[in-house]
Amino acid sequence: MAAPVTNDQSWFFALALGVSFLKCLLINAYHSTDFEVHRNWLALTHSLPAAQWYYEATSEWTLDYPPLFAWFEYGLSHIARFFDKEMLVVQNLNYASPATILFQRLSVIVADVVFFYAVKECCKCLREDKGKYLLGKPSFILTVLLLWNFGLIIVDHIHFQYNGFLFGVLLLSIARHFQNRHFEGALLFSILLNLKHIYLYIAPAYGIYLLRCFCFTQSNADGSLQWRSFSVVRLVTLGTIVLSTFSVSFGPFIALGQLPQASMTGGLVQEFQHSVLPSVSPLATLVCTVLSILPALFRIWHRPNGARGFLRCLVICALGSFMFGWHVHEKAILMAILPLSLLAVESREDARIFLILSITGHYSLFPLLFTTQELPIKILLLLLFTIFSLTSLKTLFRKGGALLNPLEATYLLGLIPLELICEFVYPLTVWQKTFPFLPLMLTSIYCALGVTYAFIRLYISLLTCSDSTKKIKTQ
Amino acid sequence: MENWSLISLCVLLGLTARWAVSFHSYSGAGKPPMFGDYEAQRHWQEVTYNLPVHEWYFNTTNNDLNYWGLDYPPLTAYHSLVCAYVAKLLNPEWVELYASRGYESHSHKLFMRATVLFTDILIYIPAVLLYCFYFCDGSSKQKVATAFCILLYPGLILIDYGHFQYNSVSLGLALWGILGLGLGWDLFGSLAFTLALNYKQMELYHSLPFFCYLLGKCIKQGLTWRGFFHLVKISMTVLVTFALCWMPFLSDPKQPLQVLHRLFPVGRGLFEDKVANTWCSLNVLIKIKTLLSRETQLFALTLLFVLPSSLKLLSKPTLWQFKLALVNTSLAFFLFSFQVHEKSILLVALLVFFVFRSMLPLLLKDGLLLPYVVTSLAFLFLSLYLLSALERSTEEELRLGLYRKLTQRWLPKLNLSRIIKWKFWFSLAAMAALSFTSVWLKPPAKLPDLFPVLVSVLSFLHFLGFIIYFNQVQLMEPQRKKSQKKTN
Repeated sequence: MAAPVTNDQSWFFALALGVSFLKCLLINAYHSTDFEVHRNWLALTHSLPAAQWYYEATSEWTLDYPPLFAWFEYGLSHIARFFDKEMLVVQNLNYASPATILFQRLSVIVADVVFFYAVKECCKCLREDKGKYLLGKPSFILTVLLLWNFGLIIVDHIHFQYNGFLFGVLLLSIARHFQNRHFEGALLFSILLNLKHIYLYIAPAYGIYLLRCFCFTQSNADGSLQWRSFSVVRLVTLGTIVLSTFSVSFGPFIALGQLPQASMTGGLVQEFQHSVLPSVSPLATLVCTVLSILPALFRIWHRPNGARGFLRCLVICALGSFMFGWHVHEKAILMAILPLSLLAVESREDARIFLILSITGHYSLFPLLFTTQELPIKILLLLLFTIFSLTSLKTLFRKGGALLNPLEATYLLGLIPLELICEFVYPLTVWQKTFPFLPLMLTSIYCALGVTYAFIRLYISLLTCSDSTKKIKTQ
Repeated sequence: MENWSLISLCVLLGLTARWAVSFHSYSGAGKPPMFGDYEAQRHWQEVTYNLPVHEWYFNTTNNDLNYWGLDYPPLTAYHSLVCAYVAKLLNPEWVELYASRGYESHSHKLFMRATVLFTDILIYIPAVLLYCFYFCDGSSKQKVATAFCILLYPGLILIDYGHFQYNSVSLGLALWGILGLGLGWDLFGSLAFTLALNYKQMELYHSLPFFCYLLGKCIKQGLTWRGFFHLVKISMTVLVTFALCWMPFLSDPKQPLQVLHRLFPVGRGLFEDKVANTWCSLNVLIKIKTLLSRETQLFALTLLFVLPSSLKLLSKPTLWQFKLALVNTSLAFFLFSFQVHEKSILLVALLVFFVFRSMLPLLLKDGLLLPYVVTSLAFLFLSLYLLSALERSTEEELRLGLYRKLTQRWLPKLNLSRIIKWKFWFSLAAMAALSFTSVWLKPPAKLPDLFPVLVSVLSFLHFLGFIIYFNQVQLMEPQRKKSQKKTN
């Protein structure tokens, strides 16, 4: 630890350690029902044989993640034994002793190590990393934007989930593609799909990119497809990797004839029957989603832009499914914000889009933490992240005028009165009892504007980008 | 990145750390019949709101002094009164006479925590920021780093937001006093410090350096005309402030006497906890209590350590001397004083910061700034884990942490640095080992207080080392050109 300040590693370590300590401070904060969900999964994977994992229904929170995540919980349960054996009893519904809370929180914090590693790898993929001083280096900015991401801290370490670990796998996969280690990238993504099925939304981006840029080993001089360069070997290898991952994961359950039970289509297409039916059917949303991402997929098929084009397409797929998908959770916005951070530190236009998307997206997570005790925390942390991202990106791209135009700046500033009204003024009015969901609706609508705007701008930047010279270098 | 954004990031992180700490338990939570400091503060709100002023410090049927009677000066009482008005608006049950004793609820806890945060933001944090920007040398980034370190000081955070107290008010006011003196606004500085004194009598520890510095400055200006006039102005400021604070108690001569009796209870024992105090440590070897009359011993030793430092300051009233004197007097009073409570060490610890700011370039050169910040957080984590997992009193862990803070800051002249570094790591290891053993191991039956006493003795030895070192630094002051430029 006595390394000189100019050492590349010490600041990364300090940032990682710092955010870990912040997470530790939040151990006692509010946690949502997701906490009980994961405790239940610890219990049932520990107490029951694998054959019964997907049938166990004592608790309402049945296992609805793919098998690899179940195995992950199984592994955790063996450590949980040393903290509090009672949490592993399936019948102990809503069991939340201090030792249980400590264990579960620590498991999220420790699992984030995967995320730290992935961030480190992503920093290596940046094109240029020069800066006059540490605070102005793109790798430093990217590290803070990822490690100290407001959404991740709030969702993982207060609300309670394992997104850090999962996004770590995703970012690592992306980093591997940047580094032209495509087999590893594909393997990591297959593993990810078997950890949480929601990542199926970005699978098209992977599919098209790998097919176009990896299976076809060369492009013509003008960038168009060279059909003859198709490599069957690569395609077969990729296919083997993907299939073998799925078979390791689903195999035992297929053998037991449980495939219908284990097929997690629930969260993707149809899970709930709402009492107040929207006139939109799940099929319609699927069609809309597919339509929204098709142009992007065509674009990278037609004019691939190397790994950066793939990343942009990935973000568009994530955003498209967020905007048009059927049962979408606010947390899904993180699937767009986190990969976009990589692009944001390299291009001015992406930085703009990132600022609007991240500030709006993060604000839209506010309703997740509705307790009074957490109110100062979420405001302070959002301010922290916003001020940092605004000032660091502004400094990084100071040449060429202001980063945000007045309209965008006004929109973002409008979040302040919105927050004041929704959380401070409205609860004191008469309408709180009669229309309790009005603030939530206002928040949703206001944030939807920002997200849609970012989506459109992102599309425009993808469709009009002319980085044709660079793409041959990055192949 | 611009300065303002860096500062706001530091402040936001400091506030986040504070509020996150406040999620945890407070002193005496769920422990009837007496509970703890949290209940004491709530009780003072109840007393000041419901009873007339002349009953606040007296034992009456409505005011049982044995149940957390007021034992801080009037300003604390007025502060409690203001909080009580707010409490009454939110939920009258919180301050009902008698009925609210031992009142505990989630919303009440939020309210109490919020009051601490409010005064912190109002008084302490601006003082810290101003201090770092006006009185620290170095680049603006270094100043921000210093401010950040001070804001994240775990001792203050844990006592104020964990255990529950309002030290940020008195420390903040004292800091404004120091700021005033540093900027040459002696009257403002005196006013602020007098207010601090009227908030917590602990600040008396700092009064001697303030007095000596101001007196020395007046003498230097020539006792005939200008200096004398200045002295009169300062005295008037102090007296008027005192009068204003004590005004409700001046109608009847019994009042101020009773207040003083509450503030300085000579009846209590020599050591109220296993504190890193000379008496506590020496008591291990010789049963001091049975020896010489404690008053004389106390007076003699405290004077011994305080006099040289004060006299030096009197003769040479510069800002640097002032800071050193503050450290020395606080250490002396803490180490030797009568009926001391370990929270007093906060005063010392805070001041050590200011002195060590000059060491910061050295720390930066060795690249130790970053680990310093990180280990501060590490300490916070460690003690919180111990606190929440085992529900122990905060005193022990705080003592450890403060001690650790001080040792981290200790990096003297270059030629000794290696030895000191080894010694520092050894001390840290020893303290870490002691922390773990005192938590996980059971002490032998014959010596039930083994671990706390060991901690006391170790800490005492370190503090003794500090006080000798600092006295030496002050008394044989090298020609510090930088600090001379700073003084007005």
